[in-house]
Amino acid sequence: MNLLAQADLLPPASGEVLWFALSPLLVLVGGALFLMVVGALTPQWPKGGYAFASALVAGAAGVLAIVNWDDISDRGPTTLVSGALAFDTFAMWSTITISVAALLVSLLTDQFIRDTPNDGPEVYALYLVAATGGIVMASANDLIVLFLGLETLSLALYVLAASNRRSDASAESGLKYFILGGFASAFFLYGIALVYGATGTTNISEMVASLAGNINADNDALALAGIAFLIVGLGFKVAAAPFHVWVPDVYQGAPSPVTAFMASAGKAAAFGAVVRVLVVGLPFYKDDWQPVIWVLALLSLIVGSFLAIVQTNVKRMLAYSSVSHAGFLLVGVEAAAHTAGEAEIGMGVSAVQLYLLLYAVLVIGSFGVVTIVAGDDDATIGSFKGLAKRKPLLAVAFTVFLLAQAGVPFTSGFIAKFGVIQSAVEERSYAIAIIAMVAAVVAAFLYLRIMVSMWLHDADDDAKSVSVPLSAGIAIGGAALFTLAVGVYPSWLIDLSDAITLTR
Amino acid sequence: MLAAETAAHGGGAFPVLSALIFVPMIGAVAILFTRKSRPEYAKLLALLFSGTTGAMTLWVLKEFDRGNDGFQLVSQQNWIERWGIGWHLGVDGISLFLVVLTGILFPLAIVGIDPHHDEKPYLAWLLMLEAGVLGSFLSLDLFLFFLFFEIVLVPMYFLIGGWGYENREYAATKFYLYTFLGSAFMLVSLIATAMLARNDLGRVTFDLVEIAEGASFATNTSRWLFFGFAVAFAVKVPIFPLHTWLPDAHTQAPTAGSVVLAGVMLKLGTYGFLRFGLYLFPEAAVWSKPLWLTVAVIGIIYGAIAATMQKDLKRLVAYSSIAHLGFIVLGTFAFTSQAVSGSVLQMVNHGVSTGALFLLVGMIYERRKTRQIAELNGIQKVAPIFAAGFMLVMLSSIGVPGLNGFIGEYLILLGSFQTARWWTVVATAGVILAALYLLWAYQRVFHGEPDENNQTFPELKFREGLVLLPFLVAIVFTGVYPKPLLDRIEPSVDRLLAHVTENSDLVVPEFGTQRGEFEVEHGGEEAGEELETEESEG
Repeated sequence: MNLLAQADLLPPASGEVLWFALSPLLVLVGGALFLMVVGALTPQWPKGGYAFASALVAGAAGVLAIVNWDDISDRGPTTLVSGALAFDTFAMWSTITISVAALLVSLLTDQFIRDTPNDGPEVYALYLVAATGGIVMASANDLIVLFLGLETLSLALYVLAASNRRSDASAESGLKYFILGGFASAFFLYGIALVYGATGTTNISEMVASLAGNINADNDALALAGIAFLIVGLGFKVAAAPFHVWVPDVYQGAPSPVTAFMASAGKAAAFGAVVRVLVVGLPFYKDDWQPVIWVLALLSLIVGSFLAIVQTNVKRMLAYSSVSHAGFLLVGVEAAAHTAGEAEIGMGVSAVQLYLLLYAVLVIGSFGVVTIVAGDDDATIGSFKGLAKRKPLLAVAFTVFLLAQAGVPFTSGFIAKFGVIQSAVEERSYAIAIIAMVAAVVAAFLYLRIMVSMWLHDADDDAKSVSVPLSAGIAIGGAALFTLAVGVYPSWLIDLSDAITLTR
Repeated sequence: MLAAETAAHGGGAFPVLSALIFVPMIGAVAILFTRKSRPEYAKLLALLFSGTTGAMTLWVLKEFDRGNDGFQLVSQQNWIERWGIGWHLGVDGISLFLVVLTGILFPLAIVGIDPHHDEKPYLAWLLMLEAGVLGSFLSLDLFLFFLFFEIVLVPMYFLIGGWGYENREYAATKFYLYTFLGSAFMLVSLIATAMLARNDLGRVTFDLVEIAEGASFATNTSRWLFFGFAVAFAVKVPIFPLHTWLPDAHTQAPTAGSVVLAGVMLKLGTYGFLRFGLYLFPEAAVWSKPLWLTVAVIGIIYGAIAATMQKDLKRLVAYSSIAHLGFIVLGTFAFTSQAVSGSVLQMVNHGVSTGALFLLVGMIYERRKTRQIAELNGIQKVAPIFAAGFMLVMLSSIGVPGLNGFIGEYLILLGSFQTARWWTVVATAGVILAALYLLWAYQRVFHGEPDENNQTFPELKFREGLVLLPFLVAIVFTGVYPKPLLDRIEPSVDRLLAHVTENSDLVVPEFGTQRGEFEVEHGGEEAGEELETEESEG
């Protein structure tokens, strides 16, 4: 079992900055700046140059996170820059997830925007900026820093959602996301203010200490209201019902690779923040927020699964299914809540992180196929008809992703779901575990519908021809192989996720 | 890797059980690399791999020590250590013949039935299915069992959806969702089982034997857990009222799909009850006995009546399956040695006879492009050999003495009568009804003068006869001389029942005087303890 390591194992010398510990963030920011500045000063780069550079930067950040992981395993977790950022394996795991997402999405985007007016370094730079924001969110040890990360991520995503200048839907998507997202950010910020009022600090470690040290019943209302606002803001970001209404519209309207990025990196960052704020920061109030998480999980599972099956647009389907996946992740958070604040943190946190990584790869693969098949057009379920005949390998890959999302054995999706359900059952949350599994069955109907369309129907006569560009092919093929490989041989990842620690 | 490297059986012996799973799996992958324009290569490969698997199951049968009531040829090693999940395979008297049946059924289905289009994926899915089914029968780890139990849905879904008849999409989706729903409860239940067993075992493990022998659950807990498992198995069997997916799936599935579905896949449910339900939660199983006996009997009568009214020959056979599986459930929950042994035997018998029936109905469809009973008549006149084959298989399904169906049903009824008298009395009516619907159907299809459409009904072809032959041999052999089968089934059944008796308030009646003509001699040596030590070493 993983022990919640104490933050004071390695007290940083005052004023000293552990540059190497920050290196994944620095590389991403540097990469974004490089792309923007050098990209602006040089003529159009050779084909795929921007995408390649962006993928390289994201990959480098991921590798640095792995190296840092080793350091943390050796020396224990700590905090960085005067306690603003947590330096623990939880943060590194999120870094890896988000970097992988940025890498794969860069590859997907390449051909999608090449030869269009949208081509250029901007989109890739925004990916890298968004990734930076996401990582800051998931590693924040201070609510203000967390908010900074959240805004960095969100602002980049607003622009990305609207980045297809030829498409009205994209503009609409960006605007919707911006307005609703701004609203949610305001909630979150107000929540921070109230919690600050109750605890006298925004630093998460100090918050814990302050709550544990002097219980002041008078401030309860303040703190509880603050927690409620925080949950609203976070609920919006993780796309949990009933804060999910923006999801289908935004996911549908945004360019498909961007949708893939939102669904993967966005979720990983937001759930990182959920764990930081609730499980790490507010275990003192867990009796109050745990039922809320339970209800959010329930609603997300039900709303996501049932509304998904009545959609006719594949991107909307996947959007609703991502709500249902958020429900699954919340089941894991609910499980983690049981042991929040205790020395043994249970399986919940590891299960959530494992789920996030595996889901990120899956969902990018899925949207990658949608990108290729539908292009800029509406991704109706009809456009997938006869895909098995037209592009058998692509159909096989999509089938793997869909089966994995449904949680079929020998795919990574099963391992992810199993981990979450196991953590819930370990804490005796049987009801929500059963509801989650039944919701998975309902959602399976949706995946079957897409598969029926691909495998059992013949293509329409006017179906447009599908060609798989190399870079996207590499991303999708890699994602599919990963999905299967983890499904068959998961123990190395499980071992790693089990070593996740949280600074406190 | 998870490829089995060790085998507890005799040190470095060949891990044949792991091979049983991997050979078809490799075959499926190999088929994907053949050329689409040359389906005969795919077929050859499929035959080669499924044939090898079949031969290996026969080898397992040969190696099987009939005096030993525990798990044999065990192959065990760590897989996902952190979660306490191991690759643990073994075979005992309960699973042995199901494994052999699976091994033999698949090559026959591959040779005997032509999918008509897209041979390559069809054969690949069939082999995947075989691997999954064998995996389910051999797994001795809850997690592993669930993996295989669940993965068989995917190939079956594609087989029904891709190569089935008119309404195939609906049937395939319904099949998938129904079974998946059942598994949802089982998954939660099996995780809870492992988690709660930790109190007794000191660590989390999904190992079936370890949990069953080492852990005990509070009465209420075990009942909940049992029902979690039971839902999944009840859907799979299927037990009334969870059966509605079965007629659709069977009718719409391609012939090979129906053969496999009826032949072995339904047995995953009844086998699951024995292996996981009774073994893990004896108290709960005994406690809920009246429920299962009741739904079993309802299934028997309902299936029979519904079968009588069918206009579609394939649907008729499908409903007859519900009735037959009702008998198996009845026997399982009667908790006597004869009844449970009869159930195990009947699982195999039903696989043989119903598999053969579906094969024959498939042949009728191939010839006439219809399965409507009203459109078929007088076939006996134009195709007497075909009719004779059909007759024999049908009689076996009815349970006529001298054929395999009789032995199983008789043992079940004999055993159940001692502990579940009134249920058995009602169930016996099902035997009569079986004669009614099958003979009536036979009469309508085969008797009388053929009309002009049936005038040209082709006789049984040589290849078809060759495929049918093993079925007929099995039907007659088991009917006349069931001893070799029962010799191997009974010790394991007795061991299971002893486990149930030990861990519940079940009182098993003394059968000494009632065993009648199926008295079975146990091989002198009691090798049970020997195996246990072997297992702990592995």
